[in-house]
Order: sequence, then C-alpha cells, then structure tokens
Amino acid sequence: MTPPVRIAQLSCGPEYSGVQHEINTAAKEVNGEIFYPDIALKDVQHDFDIFGLDVRSPDLRLAIARAKALVEGRVEADAVFIATCFRCAEGAIVRNELRHYIHENSKLPVVSYSFTERTTSGTLLTRMEALTTIARRRALLARETQQGITLGLDSGSATTKAVVMKDNKIIGTGWQPTIEVLKSAQEVISHALGEAGIQRDDVQAVGTTGYGRFLVGKEIGADLIQEELTVNSKGAVFLADRQHGPATVIDIGGMDNKAISVMDGIPGTFTMGGICAGASGRFLEMTAKRLGVEITELGPLAMKGFAGRVPMNSYCIVFGTQSLVNALATGSTREDVAAAACHSVAEQVFEQQLQEVDIKEPVLMVGGTSLIEGLVFAMGELLQTKIVVPPYSQYIGAVGSALLASGFIKDD
Amino acid sequence: MAKVFIYPSTSLILSDMVARYGHTPLSSAVAIRERIQTAGFESPPLQITPEEPKKGLKWAAVEVPSGVRGRMALYGPMIEACEAAIIINDADFAFGCMGCARTNELITFLVRQKNIPKLDLFYPKSEEEGVRFVAAIKRFLAGLGGSK
Repeated sequence: MTPPVRIAQLSCGPEYSGVQHEINTAAKEVNGEIFYPDIALKDVQHDFDIFGLDVRSPDLRLAIARAKALVEGRVEADAVFIATCFRCAEGAIVRNELRHYIHENSKLPVVSYSFTERTTSGTLLTRMEALTTIARRRALLARETQQGITLGLDSGSATTKAVVMKDNKIIGTGWQPTIEVLKSAQEVISHALGEAGIQRDDVQAVGTTGYGRFLVGKEIGADLIQEELTVNSKGAVFLADRQHGPATVIDIGGMDNKAISVMDGIPGTFTMGGICAGASGRFLEMTAKRLGVEITELGPLAMKGFAGRVPMNSYCIVFGTQSLVNALATGSTREDVAAAACHSVAEQVFEQQLQEVDIKEPVLMVGGTSLIEGLVFAMGELLQTKIVVPPYSQYIGAVGSALLASGFIKDD
Repeated sequence: MAKVFIYPSTSLILSDMVARYGHTPLSSAVAIRERIQTAGFESPPLQITPEEPKKGLKWAAVEVPSGVRGRMALYGPMIEACEAAIIINDADFAFGCMGCARTNELITFLVRQKNIPKLDLFYPKSEEEGVRFVAAIKRFLAGLGGSK
C-alpha cells in the first residue's frame, strides 16, 4: 500500500471549533495523514522572535515556529495545511504570511483555509486531494505533451465538458449543462468522439475531473480521476503555452472559484471557494436571464457599458439581483448593468480569493466564464494586467484530464 | 473552601497550589511538555464537537471566531461558578499557556467584572519577584479560608 502523504498542520483554533476531526477525515480519505510538527517549547519563542511578526496568540506563535522548522528542514513533510478561525484578523494575517513564507522558501505545496464550526470534511476534500496529488504525482504533473488518443471529461457543477485529444491536439469536443451527471457525461463523450471521428474502443486512456469525477470515472472506467485544481492548472498552462515558469490561474466556476499560483504547471498555493454565489458564474447567468440575453451575449453587452454608473452589491446573489432590478427600474442601461455585474463578480474574487495566492504574470483566466469578455476585462482592470484567455479555455479541465491521462497509456 | 478560577487555566502549578490550600481549582490544567506534539498549546484532552462553539454563543456573539466560542463553552461556566480568581498576566509558556489571545482577553475581562476576591499579578521575571509572587498567592489563598 502507498504510504500516506504527510501533511503538516499549522493552525490556531480547529480543535476548539470542533473541526479537527473533519480535517483528519478529509486527509484520510485521500490517503493523507495530518501531523503536527514536533517542536521544542524553548524553540517556539526563539523562532517566533526571528520571524518578526508580533502576534499575541500563543498558538499562532507556535504555527510560526513550526513553519520555520519546516522551511529549515528540521521537520520533514510532504505538504502543508494552514488553518485559522474565520473572522480572526490576527489569524488571517499569520495564515497569509506563513503561506507566502513557505511558498517562497520551500517546494512544499501549501493550502490555507479559514474555518467555522460548520466546516465539514466534504468542504476540505478537494483541497486535501490537490495537496496529496501534488505531493504524490509530481512526475505525472510534469507531463507537458499529450500522446496517443485520450479522452478527458470535466463533470462540473454547471456544465459537463469532454475533449478527445490525439498527438497533442484537440480533435473533438462536447459540452452541455450538467443535468443528470452520468447521462450528461455520456452525451458529451459521444459528441466529442463523433466530432473526432473516433470510436470509444480507440481511446487509449481516460481522465475525469470536476464534482462528478468519482461517479463518472467509475462508470466509464477512467484511468485517472483527479481533482480540478491540479488538472485545471495543467490544462491552463498547456493551452496558453506557458508550461515553464510562474503563472496564475483563475477559474470562476458555476459553484465555486479557484485561484491557483502555478510554477512549471504545478500548483504551489491555491484557494478554492467563494463567500457567496454572488461571486460565481451563477450570478452572471442570472444577470443574463434578467437582461433577456444569452450568457454568450453578456460579455459583449458588458463591454459597451460602464460599471461605475450602476451601484451593484452582489456579495449575496439575492441582494445582487435586487441591485440589478433596481438599476434597470431607475433607468440604467442594460449595457451598464451587464458591466456592473461583471465588475462585481471580478471584484469579489479579487477581494476574497486573490489575496490568498501570489499573483504572478501571466494571469490565465479559464473555465466557461472566461468567455465572458466583460468579466475578463473587469478582472484585468482590477489586477492592472492583461489577462490571457487560452483557446478552448472552457474545456480546461477536460484538456488537463486528457493530457494527464496519456501518462497512463500502456505500452503494447 | 472556595471555587477558585485560575488564569492561565491550564497552569498545573497554580491549580495544585489552589488545591493545597483546600480550595477547588476551576481550571483545565494540562502539563505543558518540553516538546509540543499536539495541534495547539492546550489541545483539549477530549474531542470538542461543533456543538461547543454554539454553546459559546452565550458569552460571545456569532461574529466572534469559532475557536473563541468553543473555548468559552468550556471556560464560561467556570467563570460563572467561581467565587474567587487568580489572574497571572504575561505568564511564561511553561507556567501555563492558552492558545488564543482573543479568548484570553475575554476571559480576563469577564473575571475582572465579577465582584469576587481577585488576585491580579504579573508573572515574575527575577528570583526576587518570584518569591514575592509565590508569597502573594499563598496569602491570597489563605485569606479565602479553608485548611492548608
């Protein structure tokens, strides 16, 4: 049996929040093992003083000392999980600084998280899976070219996508809204195979990702079932032809958002989730519906408007929609409302998530929402950079799956 | 005999002194070891469930971090029940240490608000201060009544 991936936990508060068990369970489910770096009491004050961040909470001082022990190699680990209480300012500062410190000074993959008593192992699962994947599958993630004929499937919360790849090229695609997970998967696969002119039996390896990856992967006999953080990173740098060096991948999804700081195609730090649906692709779908346009038309419409003319607060999808209705009722143009909706989503992702990763150029936007040019424009304005949207960006997960799956092709 | 709340509540030394004077220490005394191998300084011996932060709402509002509320579910009832209290400020980690500064601020505030006999001291930094420190605690405990 493969030995578990050792995940060092640097934290303040999970035990008294009643969520330590959930953290342990999530790690265990992906064959990870949480451990607390063993450190001498006398070293805590010493290491904390050297680090220089003067926080009051002893457990945060302990987390700082443990981070130093990891970076200096006094304690060995495969990955790092940093967790502090949600709404603790002191905890948030330490969480961010430690994430940055470990990312800059070691090769350890890091994920940081702020929990409440309602955090469950299910919420943490994809993050833990990504941590263990990065630690365990570095060789696979280093793959830069797709070989043979492979199929990649991304069973997302809003849409299901499939691609067929042959000799490093996309030769077939399929896309549809996720309704029944398995049925939607079968239909997009059929479409992609039909477009490629390939029979199912000709496919040499299959990879799945997305929310439905386990269900679909089991059903179609996938060789690779992998979470979307590592898969999307790989797909993004492959399609953008930025496989070497740093990059930042932003994926605003239907149900959650991902921001990933990548080096040579492998995630270093990442964040996943959203404070509210108001910061997701769903809000843009609702906006399009209210404006009476297809989602594909929302982007061009937004480009003709000016976001600053409409007060929009979509921190909650309900109030965001209310702002939108109010703006239309008081004479705002559809163009301005579309622009304001795009700006609002971009701003929330910027404020809530992009602060948790190190933004390094190029910034790649992927996923279905990257086709909404108003959203890409708004994000570029906020980050003061030109955003790169690679070709086939809506198929990013499927492409990453197909690419990585080719590592499973068996030699005849 | 009095129920004496101690802060830091994890202090084994303080808890022992209170018991020696015939009082009941209200504490969560755990030995702080030379090497820390648990998630935090005062990792609870029993598993806290997500219900504890909800019970903690009695002492801290919902916008207060869950770790604070979880701790208050444990210490809040002790503070309510105590008839005397000893607060040691800026204690050395080895003397007794509670991991969350925000909880510590709330605990010491709530104790100071109570109209009960209190001893509020700083942790000694020299031998001379140490002698005075121990003497002050002994005097306080003896003054509460009960047998040595």
